[in-house]
Amino acid sequence: MPASEEGGWVSVPYDQVVQFVRAFAKVVTENREYLTDLDSAIGDADHGINMERGMSAALSKLDGVPEGDVGNLFKTVGMTLVSTVGGAGGPLYGTLFIQMGMAVAGKPELSSQDWAEALTKGLQGVVMRGKAEPGDKTMVDALTPARDALKEALDEGASFGDALRRSAAAAEEGMKQTIPLVARKGRASYLGERSAGHQDPGATSSYLLLKTAAGTWADAEP
Amino acid sequence: MKKLINKPEDVVTEALQGIAAAHPDLVRVHTNPNFIVRADAPVQGKAALVSGGGSGHEPMHGGFVGMGMLDAACPGEVFTSPTPDQMLEATKAVNGGAGVVHIVKNYTGDVMNFDMAAEMARGEGIEVESVLVDDDVAVQDSLYTAGRRGVGTTVLMEKIAGAAAEERRALKEVAEIARHVNANGRSMGMALTSCTVPAAGKPTFEIGEDEMEIGIGIHGEPGRTRMKLKPVGEIVEMMAVAVVEDIPYNKGDEVLAFVNGMGGTPLIELYVVYNEVNKFLEGRGIKITRNLVGSYITSLEMAGFSITLLKLDDELTKLWDAPVKTPGLRWGA
Repeated sequence: MPASEEGGWVSVPYDQVVQFVRAFAKVVTENREYLTDLDSAIGDADHGINMERGMSAALSKLDGVPEGDVGNLFKTVGMTLVSTVGGAGGPLYGTLFIQMGMAVAGKPELSSQDWAEALTKGLQGVVMRGKAEPGDKTMVDALTPARDALKEALDEGASFGDALRRSAAAAEEGMKQTIPLVARKGRASYLGERSAGHQDPGATSSYLLLKTAAGTWADAEP
Repeated sequence: MKKLINKPEDVVTEALQGIAAAHPDLVRVHTNPNFIVRADAPVQGKAALVSGGGSGHEPMHGGFVGMGMLDAACPGEVFTSPTPDQMLEATKAVNGGAGVVHIVKNYTGDVMNFDMAAEMARGEGIEVESVLVDDDVAVQDSLYTAGRRGVGTTVLMEKIAGAAAEERRALKEVAEIARHVNANGRSMGMALTSCTVPAAGKPTFEIGEDEMEIGIGIHGEPGRTRMKLKPVGEIVEMMAVAVVEDIPYNKGDEVLAFVNGMGGTPLIELYVVYNEVNKFLEGRGIKITRNLVGSYITSLEMAGFSITLLKLDDELTKLWDAPVKTPGLRWGA
């Protein structure tokens, strides 16, 4: 059984993981203009448009994915993002999902430890592909604190739901902290000092991803 | 937004269909994934050249596919890098057994997608050489940026490396010539007006009626400074000084001077610019032995221009003069 006796997930069941992917696609569509506006300030005004194209392509693939393998589900989403998004978001979000998928290959459901492992491997993949470090004003600035907060919460014995909420809150904080930063990676780095004062669009979409995970799973806890 | 488009999401596909209809003697267009290959691809025994990037820069890159230039071009969405599966399929379609050169403009997305494509192509046994173009002097090259952007020199590299490949030079030699072009080419751009990405529907940036942006990129991304308009001679001098002093070009050097329109500037103004470039270089004792004037690497409907200088030697000059037959560039054939 996926639910523990005290209530709350021990493991998120497969259909809830599908739900998370669907919810993220919806969130991306809702925030399409917002992400694109952030990107026009310091990038090339396409982040929301590209992510929406990728996630709607991923949604159209969901029905064809055989049920019951979370790793395969994430991998399919990642491969679809790589082949439909383009830009920097395609390889980065594609790699994130592919690496998350490889971390939980064959799992029929997602335990809190599985999710921590998936985030860790996904983040490593993003860092390897984009060569960004924390503080460079990229999605790494939201993903890193989110992963750290999740692990810390789980180590302290927090429930999966609480750990997800703390992870999303840390991602939000990391996203906000990109505002004063001077970009050192990606197209925003061309602006130098002029990139300061703007929130990074990649960190913002990464926060939305973590927020969606918390919103979908923590709020659906039994 | 006032544009000759039907639906923003169909712009790239419909333009590709137009290219296929207009130039069946020169190129073939493949859709899903999207790429353009020369009509006689793959050319056996010839190192093949593949480039690509976001759409909206036409005629680059699709307009440069054909004899003496590119073997394939991969168009992404407007201002968005194409995807690795496009690049992989294009690479496979043009590989004539002598390997493939990827010409990659230095943008984070382009570099990552081409990296993934090269990894996949090598995994399928195709030899791939990647060459980066990073010639924009408006951008500081330091540990703290993604490095200089690839702009005008890309066009010159595709022509010159294409000629070298046409002579059946080996893959590594073609890649070396392309890198030599990058090492000797420098550019800088400016804009009078913004461009509007079809899917975004509004101008990428606001700019006053009497203002210009110096050091602009080819996606409307801001450059070095925003200032009041000045006479053309002063604008050219500001930009040419930055370009000339970067390599540096010396008295007596021979150069190819490329004055490029950003998409919304008429040819008559580009010639006004060229006149000033010519005077400036004459004053510095730098000799223009070849030139190119026109809109070849554009930023949708942005008004403005860029200056690219390429220091020439006998070999580069010979390769520049070699026949080329593409939709966007054609001489000697």
